[in-house]
Amino acid sequence: MNPSVVTLGSARFSWPKSDAPVLDIERFDLRAGQRLFLHGPSGSGKSTLLNLIAGLVVPQSGCAEVMGQDMGRLSGAARDRLRADHIGFVFQMFNLIPYLSVLENVCLPCGFSTRRRTEAARNGQSVAQEARRLLSHLGLDDEALLRRQVTELSVGQQQRVAAARALIGMPALVIADEPTSALDSAHRDGFLTLLLNECARAGAALLFVSHDIALARHFDDAVAISSINRARAA
Amino acid sequence: MIVSLALKSLRNRKLTATLTVLSIALSVLLLLGVERVREQARESFAAAVSGTDLIVGARGNPVHLLLYAVFHIGNATNNIRWDSYQSLATRPGVAWALPLAMGDSHRGFRVVGTSTEFFTLFRYGDAQSLKMAEGSPFSNDTQAVLGAEVARQLRYTLGSALVLAHGAGEVSFIKHDEHPFTVTGVLAPTGTPVDRAVYISLEGVHALHDEDTVADPLASPPPDPLRTRADKAKASDHDGHADAEGHADHEDHANAEPHAGHESHADENRHDDHVGAANPSITAVLLGLTSRAAALSLQRSINELPTEPLTAILPGPTLLEVWGMVGMVEKTLFALSILVLGVGLAGMLVALLTSLNERRREMSILRAIGARPAHIFALIMGEAGVLTAAGIGLGFSALYVMQSLGETWLQERFGLFLPPRWPTPDELALMALVALAGILIGALPAYRSYRRSLADGLTPRV
Repeated sequence: MNPSVVTLGSARFSWPKSDAPVLDIERFDLRAGQRLFLHGPSGSGKSTLLNLIAGLVVPQSGCAEVMGQDMGRLSGAARDRLRADHIGFVFQMFNLIPYLSVLENVCLPCGFSTRRRTEAARNGQSVAQEARRLLSHLGLDDEALLRRQVTELSVGQQQRVAAARALIGMPALVIADEPTSALDSAHRDGFLTLLLNECARAGAALLFVSHDIALARHFDDAVAISSINRARAA
Repeated sequence: MIVSLALKSLRNRKLTATLTVLSIALSVLLLLGVERVREQARESFAAAVSGTDLIVGARGNPVHLLLYAVFHIGNATNNIRWDSYQSLATRPGVAWALPLAMGDSHRGFRVVGTSTEFFTLFRYGDAQSLKMAEGSPFSNDTQAVLGAEVARQLRYTLGSALVLAHGAGEVSFIKHDEHPFTVTGVLAPTGTPVDRAVYISLEGVHALHDEDTVADPLASPPPDPLRTRADKAKASDHDGHADAEGHADHEDHANAEPHAGHESHADENRHDDHVGAANPSITAVLLGLTSRAAALSLQRSINELPTEPLTAILPGPTLLEVWGMVGMVEKTLFALSILVLGVGLAGMLVALLTSLNERRREMSILRAIGARPAHIFALIMGEAGVLTAAGIGLGFSALYVMQSLGETWLQERFGLFLPPRWPTPDELALMALVALAGILIGALPAYRSYRRSLADGLTPRV
């Protein structure tokens, strides 16, 4: 069995000044290279779960391990470093920093993580080369397009740039939070396939969050958040 | 990394960034400009007289005496008798005594009657002596030496003829046409009131006032409004009165020379002064002492002279006193420019704070990518720092350019000598303080953004 990328055990979390936990998870596992589909309606604690895995919040009790490290025992800076080194993100929309070019956006994680910079440079000849390679794999190889303002790109193009940014430097985990809900159905399947392929190529585990249960068929496993979260959905 | 992000982020918001930089630049320009004018004013003020141990004039206010004797501002209310001057000059402990006779003007510049020793003994600035730019001191009563500014503004050269007027105004209706002077020398620039004066001999002053009233050998005392009013009130026939009376009054009031006026001045313009053309009355005396230490006791004894009521002042303390009054203005100016700077920096604060809301998403992305909260803090601080630094740089450059372009104009128009120059250590310190203030102000939005990024996590809860 592959080593665990994320392990939650009896993890409980409640927001400050609130007694009721929003998250109470008995067991959650994500293994290296696994492609997991997590679905649930909004307000079911998905965002909190992602914040927990990303190390932006820590559980009040129980444990949350990422890459074998107990997040609860790490300092905030160490959790930030762990996230920078091992996790790539794709959000629903507005993924890109508006004042950076396409290439700069893709290379950005390498500015915060030495590990990813080294990995990216080893894969390509340089970080920029690797960024170009990833972009062209995702169907963005038009030089003129790479120089454009990111705000001028279509939503579909923006999502692919975001995917390239999440994948650069071989992170062990890619978290995609509703990355397809802003896309129309034709683009949705295309994007999903690209994302799955690239994650497989990079050997990254993919945690894909969506409310659209129809997408579940593309994944190794599907989990409903309601089935793992014992806390009452808010 | 963070700095380059800050720069790119600012470039993305060009308009607000430019406006912010401009407002900071303008306030820095004002602050440094005021500081430079202040500095220059103080320097040239303190440089106006040096090496003179005592200044003596008729009994009156010390500040008033300093202003008219050194800065040529205002008029003496009374003159000093010639014999008083002689007894001052021959007192033990007095190394030299320079007589000054004022009250006339030439096209807005003061005319000062003095002795030729003035050109060798007078000191200004850092004990510098006067230098002739061209020509030589006057040697008779129809020759004049010009201050550098007078020669430059009126385009006079050696040999130019000038007609002097009574009174100190720019426009004077009484002109001594019959007694033109010839320029024999032009002084090198000093940056002091000397530049703006015309120097003639005491005999020249006398001759100036002698031409139409043969019996009046004395320089006219400056017009006294009180007395003039008295003249009008008490007008009575007083033609050809031999006693000294300003001939301005003669002309103003034609044949109406009042007894009142003549009586009140009987004391200072006594007949025994009228020994000859060489005995004009004078308005002030600059004294150099053999020993500086004697200045205080000599000052006291001059102030208590029984023969004529005189006032002696030490230039240094009186200069300080005058500067104390002028200083209020310069402090106010400085305070105002600090306030303007505050407004400029407040503009930056507003620009940064309002941008934070629309940038919440951006901060979340950066956090997700691995930026620490400290990075978020540093990003906003970096932007504040870049804006402030650019503002300071632009403000100083603008000042430099303005000084380069306006140097001559400032000197001609206001007598301010402000050549462009690199910042002094004081100005550097001032700019460093502005930078510090900018960074401190940037800390507020930076901290807000920092706190918010902690609370927002991956998804801003807008």
